[in-house]
This record gives sequence, C-alpha cells and structure tokens, in this order.
Amino acid sequence: MTKSELIAELAAANPHLLSRDVELIVQTIFDEIVEALSRGDRVELRGFGAFTVKQRDARVGRNPRTGDAVPVDEKRVPFFKAGKELRERVNLVKNKA
Amino acid sequence: MMSTVTRANLAESIYSQVGLSRHESADLLEAVLERISLALESGDSVKLSGFGTFSIRQKGRRTGRNPKTGVEVPILPRSVLVFRPSQILKGKVNGEAPGEDDAE
Repeated sequence: MTKSELIAELAAANPHLLSRDVELIVQTIFDEIVEALSRGDRVELRGFGAFTVKQRDARVGRNPRTGDAVPVDEKRVPFFKAGKELRERVNLVKNKA
Repeated sequence: MMSTVTRANLAESIYSQVGLSRHESADLLEAVLERISLALESGDSVKLSGFGTFSIRQKGRRTGRNPKTGVEVPILPRSVLVFRPSQILKGKVNGEAPGEDDAE
C-alpha cells in the first residue's frame, strides 16, 4: 500500500470529507512525526508502536570492495518498535495462513 | 530535553491544520493507524514517500535458550514488522535539509 492508496481508502470510508482534506490529514500526521524525531523527541502511539532516534557512535568502517578502512562519523538513526497489539496482529494472521 | 509526542499531540495538529472538530481529528488519526495496521496484517507492506516503509519479515524457526536455566526452547517461525526510514527522514534526524542526504 502506498500513501496515495491509503488516502484513497480513507476518502472512500469518509465520504463527508474532501479528498484533499484526507490528504492533508495523512500528510500532517507524518510531517509531525518527522518534526518530532528531528527535534530528538520520541513519538509513542500505544498499540501501534513507538518512533525513537538512536545514537550511533563514530566507527571505522570498511570499503567492502577494496577493504580500505573508512572513518564513519557518529550519526542518529530513526527507529520504530512495533507496539504489542500490532506485533501480535501481524504475527497471528501469518501463522494461520 | 526530550519529550514524547502522543496521539493527543497528533490529533491537535490535525485539528489546527484541517479544521475538523477535535473529536473527529482524533477519530481520523485512529482511522489512519488502523488502515496501516490492516494492510500489514494482511502481509502487505506500506510505503509512505518521504517517511519510510513498513514491511513484514518472516523469521524461521530457531532454537533459543532460557538464559536463566539454560534449557533449550524452540522459537517458532514468526512474522515481524520492520520499518525502513526514507533518506529524507534519515537526513532530517541528522539536521540535514532534504535533498542533501548522502547515499549509503
């Protein structure tokens, strides 16, 4: 499913809303999550999951082709941990199938 | 100081951006999360451009061990949810403007 498919499904389920409002709603949600993570905040959505930022220390990496040592700067990476409910839903259906 | 953004904050943003009632803003947020969950539940991946991709990964059976007792326990095959952030999101958490991300 893509973002536009998500918007189309939501618009169909909410005929009283304009499609562009549905688009704005979806965009607002993900923009706010991106903004929060950019500030270093975490986003916790119970049942769904939590978005956090993890710190990765500087390290010496290697160019896999030449084997040369390459310094890798410290960096921050976005991380998502699925909530209990979603984790169980995802696992359940697969095991039944 | 790190703070935590919750459903209430996201619903408030929808309320101020879209002009729906607070109640409906909260309902729509829930509907978005539920649609995404349903897609993932059916094994579909969810690709949100500019944000990232949620997908389902199959894990095979392996033998684990109870770390306290040392007893071997089978860990059954399972499906786990993984999130791959977009280059834009990766760049933003490192304070880069969109577009100047380093390819990895």
